[in-house]
Amino acid sequence: MNRQAVVACLGGAALLAGHAGQVSAHGFAGKRFFPATLATDDPFVADELSLPTVSKRKTAASGDQPATMETSTSVDFSKRITSNLGIGVGASYLHLQPDGGDTQKGFDNLAASVKYRFYQSDEHETILSAGADFDIGGTGAKSVGAESFSTITPTVFFGKGFGDLSEGVNYLRPFAVTGTVGVAMPTRSSTTTLDDAGNAAIEQHPDVLNIGFAVEYSLPYLQSFVKDVGLDAPFSRMIPIVEFSLQKPIDRGGGPTTGTINPGIIWAGRYTQFGLEAIIPANSATGGKTGVLFQIHLFLDDIFPRMIGRPLIVDRP
Amino acid sequence: MKILTRIVALLAPLAGAPNALAHAFLDHAVPAVGSTVHGSPAEVRLQFTQELEPAFSTLRVLDANGRQVDRGDKKMDSRDATVLRVSLQRLAPGTYRVVWRVLSVDTHVTEGDFTFEVTQ
Repeated sequence: MNRQAVVACLGGAALLAGHAGQVSAHGFAGKRFFPATLATDDPFVADELSLPTVSKRKTAASGDQPATMETSTSVDFSKRITSNLGIGVGASYLHLQPDGGDTQKGFDNLAASVKYRFYQSDEHETILSAGADFDIGGTGAKSVGAESFSTITPTVFFGKGFGDLSEGVNYLRPFAVTGTVGVAMPTRSSTTTLDDAGNAAIEQHPDVLNIGFAVEYSLPYLQSFVKDVGLDAPFSRMIPIVEFSLQKPIDRGGGPTTGTINPGIIWAGRYTQFGLEAIIPANSATGGKTGVLFQIHLFLDDIFPRMIGRPLIVDRP
Repeated sequence: MKILTRIVALLAPLAGAPNALAHAFLDHAVPAVGSTVHGSPAEVRLQFTQELEPAFSTLRVLDANGRQVDRGDKKMDSRDATVLRVSLQRLAPGTYRVVWRVLSVDTHVTEGDFTFEVTQ
């Protein structure tokens, strides 16, 4: 079969599947392209690689823990099993510099995830997914605080673009939100430790409500679907974004809500995107100083469309 | 930091490699997206970021009532496989919607629409 015939067959299948809403690749719902978010997860099932995600922030002193400069370098890989079902793995290398203490280095616990997209409306630029994250206890270094127990976080993911607003509010149509709601459930409710004098200390591990969302304004959407305002590269591919990542303990003595607010910018190209955000403590309970978050994100479905960038099981059109 | 620098250097070419295989985004249009033009334009011309497969790419122009006002002669530019064009009937003043759906050469489908306005 020659190239034209192959392309014709693949193209026909892609178009047919596209009408069935089954071949949305990374970050697309209809004409809306959602970038991969940095601090929170996005609702898409995709073939993608974040290499690396680097964050640096000084945390506040807490109890007998000194303020610590935390640097995290992560890699995350996501793979589609079918067009709607995907899995992921991730690893983070931590570099901790406590004030007045010794530097600690090592890997945090490995993370795994599964996600299933159960609803998508191209017309309304809407997507809903459900899944779970698994923080696999005992796979990281205790010196950097990796827990010996696992944590499972069932999560609902959503994404909504506002391109379906009336043309009377044209300049609001490039807005979109994505977000997650999940509950992190440790597999161990508490840990008991003994000090040198033999006194027992009990550390509670509460369930934690995790809420994350991102508000973004797509300049590519503005340029391509609303109004050509004359932006040239690189601005025509930029997406200003603010992410919110909040954690609220909900039992076992809990604690205050903490989190960060991350304003930044994402530049999305053909194969890859670059993201840069500030990490601002959301409240006094979070403490610490403003940090920085940087990510290079690769669209594997575009780089290797006929190899690793396609689902392992391709849906029938 | 040295490792990060090397990773960035390694991946930077991926950001804008020419003739790459990837989703086709609308780069620019004539008439421009959301623009107002004086008099009836002869055609609509869309330039994408990727080369297209013409057999599986569509381009239509509709009036405010949804009636097709292009001549149905959608074609690729003979010298540029990223350009899709269609000629128009004579357009009365009003708002018109351009609707496109294209297949890039690596079989990724993208779609979109936009409006432009015609005045006397």
